[in-house]
Amino acid sequence: MRYAMAVDTRKCVGCSDCVVACQTENNVPIGFCRDWVVEVIDGTYPQLEIELRSERCNHCDNAPCVRCCPTGASHIVEGGVVLVKPNKCIGCGACIASCPYDARFPHPKGYVDKCTFCIHRVREGMKPACVAVCPTKCMYFGDLEDPNSDVSVVLKKRKYKTLIPEAGTKPQLYFLI
Amino acid sequence: MATRRQFIRISAMGAGAVAAGAAGIRLFGSALTDGQKATVAALTGRTPTYCEVCFWKCAGWVYKDEKGTIQKIIGNSEDLNCNGRLCPRGTGGVGMYHDEDRLRTPLIRTEERGKQSFREATWEEAFDYIAEKIKVISAEYGPECLALFTHGSGGKYFSTLLHALGSPHVAAPSYAQCRGPREVAFQATFGETIESPERTDIRDTRCLVLIGSHIGENMHNGQVQEMSDAIDKGATIITVDPRYSTAAGKSKYWLPIKPATDLALLLAWINVIITEELYDKPYVEKYTYGFEYLKEHVRNMTPEWAYGITTIDPTVIRETAREMANAAPAVIVHPGRHVTWYGDDTQRIRAVAILNALLGSWGRRGGFFRPEVFELPEPPHPAYPTPTRSWRTEFPDLYKMADAVLANGLCDATIPDPSRHCQFQGWIVNGTNLIETLPNQANTIAAIQALQLLVVIDTMPMEITGWADVVLPECTYLERYDDLRVGPHRKPQIALRAPAAEPMYNTKPAFWMARELAKRLGVIEYFPFETMEEQLDWQLKQVGSSLEEMKKIGVKTFDRPYDDLYFAPDEDVEFYTGTGKIELYSLALEEAGYDPLPKYTRHEEPPEGYYRLNYGRAPMHTFSRTSNNPNLTDLMEENSVWVNPRVAKEWGLSTGQYVHLMNQDGKRSEFPIKVRVTERIRWDSVYMVHGFGHDQKKLRRCYGKGASDTNLITKVLVDPIMGGTGMRGNFVTFITDLNAEEVAS
Repeated sequence: MRYAMAVDTRKCVGCSDCVVACQTENNVPIGFCRDWVVEVIDGTYPQLEIELRSERCNHCDNAPCVRCCPTGASHIVEGGVVLVKPNKCIGCGACIASCPYDARFPHPKGYVDKCTFCIHRVREGMKPACVAVCPTKCMYFGDLEDPNSDVSVVLKKRKYKTLIPEAGTKPQLYFLI
Repeated sequence: MATRRQFIRISAMGAGAVAAGAAGIRLFGSALTDGQKATVAALTGRTPTYCEVCFWKCAGWVYKDEKGTIQKIIGNSEDLNCNGRLCPRGTGGVGMYHDEDRLRTPLIRTEERGKQSFREATWEEAFDYIAEKIKVISAEYGPECLALFTHGSGGKYFSTLLHALGSPHVAAPSYAQCRGPREVAFQATFGETIESPERTDIRDTRCLVLIGSHIGENMHNGQVQEMSDAIDKGATIITVDPRYSTAAGKSKYWLPIKPATDLALLLAWINVIITEELYDKPYVEKYTYGFEYLKEHVRNMTPEWAYGITTIDPTVIRETAREMANAAPAVIVHPGRHVTWYGDDTQRIRAVAILNALLGSWGRRGGFFRPEVFELPEPPHPAYPTPTRSWRTEFPDLYKMADAVLANGLCDATIPDPSRHCQFQGWIVNGTNLIETLPNQANTIAAIQALQLLVVIDTMPMEITGWADVVLPECTYLERYDDLRVGPHRKPQIALRAPAAEPMYNTKPAFWMARELAKRLGVIEYFPFETMEEQLDWQLKQVGSSLEEMKKIGVKTFDRPYDDLYFAPDEDVEFYTGTGKIELYSLALEEAGYDPLPKYTRHEEPPEGYYRLNYGRAPMHTFSRTSNNPNLTDLMEENSVWVNPRVAKEWGLSTGQYVHLMNQDGKRSEFPIKVRVTERIRWDSVYMVHGFGHDQKKLRRCYGKGASDTNLITKVLVDPIMGGTGMRGNFVTFITDLNAEEVAS
């Protein structure tokens, strides 16, 4: 099993609903976020291109945050999902420094926090909160090893990219272009 | 004579606000059992609601955590408005409930040694005060001198109250400050309006044309969803906007038009469609009136003619017209929503309507469907008294096609003027921050100064509350019942709003407030049910449901009485116009003394060193009402002014720098605004998101953040046809040296 997510940049309107839904689903304190939206503009008026995309932890296959964690708080569970055990985390910040995607933040309660792919929902057979709420349905989630999963199907059909592939982290967040 | 009102920043009020807290929370539906953890499965004590953060009214479920605190709101998957997916504002609706700056208790204006302030009052005191003033106004001036301005669910109850007292003056700024011209233009052409949610069949369209309509930034949920579906299906999107909007970024064609010239482009498109014979001939022949007049009218309005006006390449104009025709009838030239721009807005939208008629998209799949509204029995009550005066008589020969009361008309007719008989003496303002809603703030404040009574009902201490005599704190939509939502859609649906929690603080639902006032004013017979719960149950039982059932399902879908979502082939359609046909040439407009066919007129251009002020929406905010919402402020806490790099270079501006804006009348933004240098905007205009620059200190999160566009809209281009307030004729320049400027003032 290998969980992954694909975000369709052609449909994303950058509304940030994914951010609020994550906050209310996961009790993320106001002022912090586990996912966020990026806008990239290219060109000169009126020859322009825009890319909007919802970003979060890439749940890397080769996760530097897990390797560098001195306490084992950062760990990998089923489907390759990278999680943090708050009670084992000492808040040293090594993982924050090691993440090329800036996906982690220090939670005010003293531990490091990040996207969990809403594993608590996934285990109940639901989709992550951001995927479930998105008004443009631009996000696809599922098991890459299941050829019929939403994410497998869409990655077969469409061109995609990952972010900072040169870091060698083998990210599992795909952006449809 | 009313004493001059001082604007009260509600922060002046005593700190001892009544704190009822969240102690008495009730659970509806299945209650949580002991020992359940805060997992998803445990959050089953859900309450149905429909959203009140904007006008789309998506239905959803409110979930609470194990302590009974409202935790999240999730869309109802049965709901046609949202299909189970709320937008950021709907998801962030929890912030409206949790906002600690909410109004907490009724307030009454008092004066001590020339200093005005609010004192906390009981509901009885507040109602007695209002009822006494209303009686005096009704006796001295007539009940017609009472007006209601409203946005949102609570308005219905105050509307009943006003009509019961004998005043017809109920105005929604959503008409003359927003979509009015569209409704009048489509009414004149097709005999029917667009309504809300729009009847646009975006889901199945093959070509969507957006003119200044920024779907995706305006988060009109169903439309955003359907635009995304259309993208998936490979539909062509054509966007006309001086700004590279999000929708422009999704478009095959982006036409970066010179602002204020859209009508010329529309006429050129009509010209191409007629001269190249791309129109739907059988449709035009069978259903329309006045084609030959139209053909003659646009004869010289070629793409080359439009090029000089719009700066859009004639080949692009032709190509896009052909794209539309190729997709027809599954094409939508979108009528837009906020369309009060330049004062000739009804005529511009008439051109949109005509274009759709030529393409045969009205009544066709992928064009415009026939919406269905659920007919719900209304509570029985005696007939309303007949008013003896109307706002219309104050504006002879003006706005003859207005089919709703104009908020700006009521405002103008409140300012003392010897030529007017009925000067308004009392305003009730429900859920609309008129200071930020009506253009020309000085005019609004002049009207307010002339009032004997201003009552404001809101959940938040918006600017308008600072001008009130009495402030009535409403509980949020998550804490109350309201009327069922019956809005139009592909299938008739009803949606229930039930309270997920007891009202926090000393707040109450609008229904209760209006009824209490009705008791004191002797018109209680217009409110036959004591509670909203009783009314809902009575209504629902008439239609084969019940409150109990609706609490379980939230949304109920019914079948359409006829299978007529689209016109049947060769259907004989009787349109609700004078001719019974689609009026390309409008006899109604002609009869009222207006142009029967739209004409392009040149609009004023910005003087040297000034830029046209364009404004719009951000997907995470609604008007000025969400600016203090903790969840939504977190996503966007201030607006910025978008400036083209060329302009930035000329002025030495860089991203992140704060400037003041000053308009053509010397009106300066109250607060500085952050510059965003971006290629996404033309060099002849600037852009900002509406709803920021609050000057009410009690709105602690958003006070002083960003600038208010309304503040800079002093010039209003009024539509002579229906009275819409065109707001895009204002020009601004930059004040970059903030210190020197601050010293000078």
